[in-house]
Amino acid sequence: MSTTSDAYLRQDADAAAGMAKITAGDVNVHYGDKHALKGINLAIRANEVTALIGPSGCGKSTFLRCINRMNDLIEGARVTGLITLDRQDIYDRELDVVQLRARVGMVFQKPNPFPKSIYDNVAYGPRLHGLAHSTADLEEIVVTSLERAGLYDEVKDRLDEPGTGLSGGQQQRLCIARAIAVSPEVILMDEPCSALDPIATAKVEELIDELRENFTIVIVTHSMQQAARVSQRTAFFHLGELVEVGDTEQIFTNPQHKLTQGYITGRFG
Amino acid sequence: MQFLTLVAVLALMSAAVYRMGRGRAQALAVTGVHRLHSLPSYYGYYVALWCGLPAVLLIAGWLSCEPYILRALVVGALPPEAKALPAARLSLLMNEVRQLAASGDFRFSSSPIATAAAEQYRVLRANSFGAMAVIALSLAIVGGFYGMRSISPKLRARNRVEAAVKVFLVASSTLAIFTTIGIVLSLLFESLLFFDKIPLTQFLFGLDWSPQTAMRADQVGASGSFGAVPLFTGTLLISVIAMLVAVPIGLLSAIYMAEYANPRFRSVAKPLLEMLAGIPTVVYGFFAVLAVAPFLRNLGQSIGIPIASESALATGLVMGVMIIPFISSLSDDVISAVPDSLRHGAYGLGATRSETIRQVVIPAALPGIIGGILLAVSRAIGETMIVVMAAGLSAHLTANPFASVTTVTVQIVSLLVGDQEFDSPKTLSAFALGLVLFLVTLALNVVALHVVRKYREKYD
Repeated sequence: MSTTSDAYLRQDADAAAGMAKITAGDVNVHYGDKHALKGINLAIRANEVTALIGPSGCGKSTFLRCINRMNDLIEGARVTGLITLDRQDIYDRELDVVQLRARVGMVFQKPNPFPKSIYDNVAYGPRLHGLAHSTADLEEIVVTSLERAGLYDEVKDRLDEPGTGLSGGQQQRLCIARAIAVSPEVILMDEPCSALDPIATAKVEELIDELRENFTIVIVTHSMQQAARVSQRTAFFHLGELVEVGDTEQIFTNPQHKLTQGYITGRFG
Repeated sequence: MQFLTLVAVLALMSAAVYRMGRGRAQALAVTGVHRLHSLPSYYGYYVALWCGLPAVLLIAGWLSCEPYILRALVVGALPPEAKALPAARLSLLMNEVRQLAASGDFRFSSSPIATAAAEQYRVLRANSFGAMAVIALSLAIVGGFYGMRSISPKLRARNRVEAAVKVFLVASSTLAIFTTIGIVLSLLFESLLFFDKIPLTQFLFGLDWSPQTAMRADQVGASGSFGAVPLFTGTLLISVIAMLVAVPIGLLSAIYMAEYANPRFRSVAKPLLEMLAGIPTVVYGFFAVLAVAPFLRNLGQSIGIPIASESALATGLVMGVMIIPFISSLSDDVISAVPDSLRHGAYGLGATRSETIRQVVIPAALPGIIGGILLAVSRAIGETMIVVMAAGLSAHLTANPFASVTTVTVQIVSLLVGDQEFDSPKTLSAFALGLVLFLVTLALNVVALHVVRKYREKYD
C-alpha cells in the first residue's frame, strides 16, 4: 500500500532518529460503519509520558487500544495502517498478541482487580508468562511491583486479603502494580484517575512520573491539568483526527491550531 | 348463578360509583376556589373502593362461616335418635343431607330423617343467600354514599388509593406464604402421627425398609419395618449420578455459550438447549425405560457386567440430561454477569481466552455457579416421574450403580397410590418421607439463594 509507506515516511524527525518507541502510520479504525480514527500519524518516544487529550468520542481511547490490540476484542472493529513497536509491525500476522500484551501493559479507566488476593492479583501476570522460577522469585517480583506502585507499605500486612476490598485509589495502584509485574516496555493508561478522588489522583500522578524512568507511558486523560502535570508530549485528537502533537509545554502555551487552542482554553469539549 | 349475578351487580355498582365520584371531583375542580389534592379519577377509585370492598369482604366472611352455622342449625333440628348417632355416622348423614340438598332430588334418600333435614338445609341456605345479598348490597350503597360525601378538595384520595393497593399486594403475597405454611403444617401433623407409632430413630437410622403391614391380626404377612436409610442412599446414588452427568456438560456448554459462541449461534442454540427443560418428565421416563435401560443392560451383558433393568445408572443418566438446562442456563447468566472489565484486565496482561476463563471468569462466577448447582441438586432429589418409571421399587442398601435402588419419591408414590387407610403407619410413613424431602430441599434452596445473593452484592 503506497499510502502506508508514504505516511511512514512522513513520520517526524524523532522517528527517523530512532527515538520513537511506537510509531503509527496512517492508522484508520472502523467500528462497523463508523469511521472512528482517520489517518493517524504519530510517534511516541521512549521513557516519556505522552498524553492523548481531546473531547469525548474523539478517538483517543480507540488509538490507545490499537497499541496493544485490545480492539481485536470488539466485534466489528477493523484496524488498517501501520503501527510499530520497536520498528516491528504489531499487526503482523506472525506476531503473537499474547506476547505483545506482555510487552505493552494496560491500566483501565475503572480499577478492575481480579476477585483474588492482593498477592495473587500481582502474581497473575508473572505466573501467566512463567517469569518466576521459584516461589521466592515470585514473591520478589510481587513485592517490587507493589513497591514501585507505591502500595507496598499500605498492604504489606494483608497481602492475602482480596484486592477488591481496597479503596478505589489503592485498587488502581494495585492494577498498576499488576501491569508492571510483567515488566512491560510500554504502559497504556486509559483515564486511570477518572474514578478516583483528588488525593488518590495525586498519588497516581506522582507514580506515573516515577514510572517514566523505566517505562514508556501513553495516557488518555480528560483533565488538561493532568496532561500538563504528568506528560512531556501531548497529542490532541478531535473527531477521529489527530489535530496537533508536540511538547506538552508548547501545546499548552503556544498551540498551533485553533481547535487545540479552543479546547485547552475550555471553549468547547 | 345467583352468586355470579350478585358479583356482577356489585361490580356494576362500583363502576357507576367510580364515574359519579370522578364527576363530582371534576365539578369541584371547575367550580371550587380550592385546588383538588388528587386527580379526579383517584376520587373515583376512592369511592368505588368504599362501595365494593366492604361488600366483598362481607361476602367472603359470610361464605366461609356459612357451612358451619348451617350444619349446627340442621343438626340441632334433627330428631333425638339421629342426634344420638356416633360422630362418624352423624358426619355420614350430614354428607348425604348436603348432597341431597345440592341435587334437589330426594328420590334416593336413605331415610325420611335425611329427606326432612335436606329440605330444611335447602330452605336455610336459600335464606342465608338472600340475607347475604341484601346486606352486601346495602353495605355497598352505604359505602358508596359515605365515599361520595367525603369527597372534598382536601381529601388525599391518591394516597388512600395507594394504601389500598399496597394492602391488596400484601394480601396476595401472604396468601402464597400461608399456602407454604399450610403444606408444612399438614406434613408435620401427619408425620407426628407416624412418629407416634414408629420411633424417629428407627425411621432415620434403620437399614430395612418394607412398609407392608398386616391388616388383620390373623393375617400372615410382614409386620412392617420403616428404616429409611436405603431410600436415602438410593436417592443420593441416583442424584450423584445425575449431577455427574449434568454438572460437567451443563457448565461446559454454558462456558461455550457465554464466552465463545457468536450471537447468531447463541440465539439458536440456547433456546434449543432450554427446550430440554420443557420436555415433560414422563417423556424422560419413557426414554429411560425403553431406550437407556435396555441399552445399558445389553452393553453390560456383552462385557460381562450384570446391570439391572432398573439400574440406578440408567435413571441417573436420564435425570442428568433433564437437569443440564438448569445448570447451563443459570451458569450462563452468572458468567455473562461477570464484568467485562475483568476479562479485559486479564487480556491486557497477555492471557489467552481459555486462561482468562479458567483463572478469572470462572472464579469470579463460582458462587453463582455453585448456587445453580445446589438448586439443581434439590431438583434432582425431588424429581419423581423419571424415578417412578425407571428406578426400582424394592429398597436395597447399595452403592453399586448397576444395581436397582429405590428413592424417597418412588416410595411416597407407591405408598399413596390406590385406596388407603390413613391410620396405618404404612400410609403415614409417606408423610414422614415427604417431610424429610421437604426439609432437605428447603435447606438446599436456602443455602443456594444465600450464595447467589452474596455473589450479586459483589458486582452491583
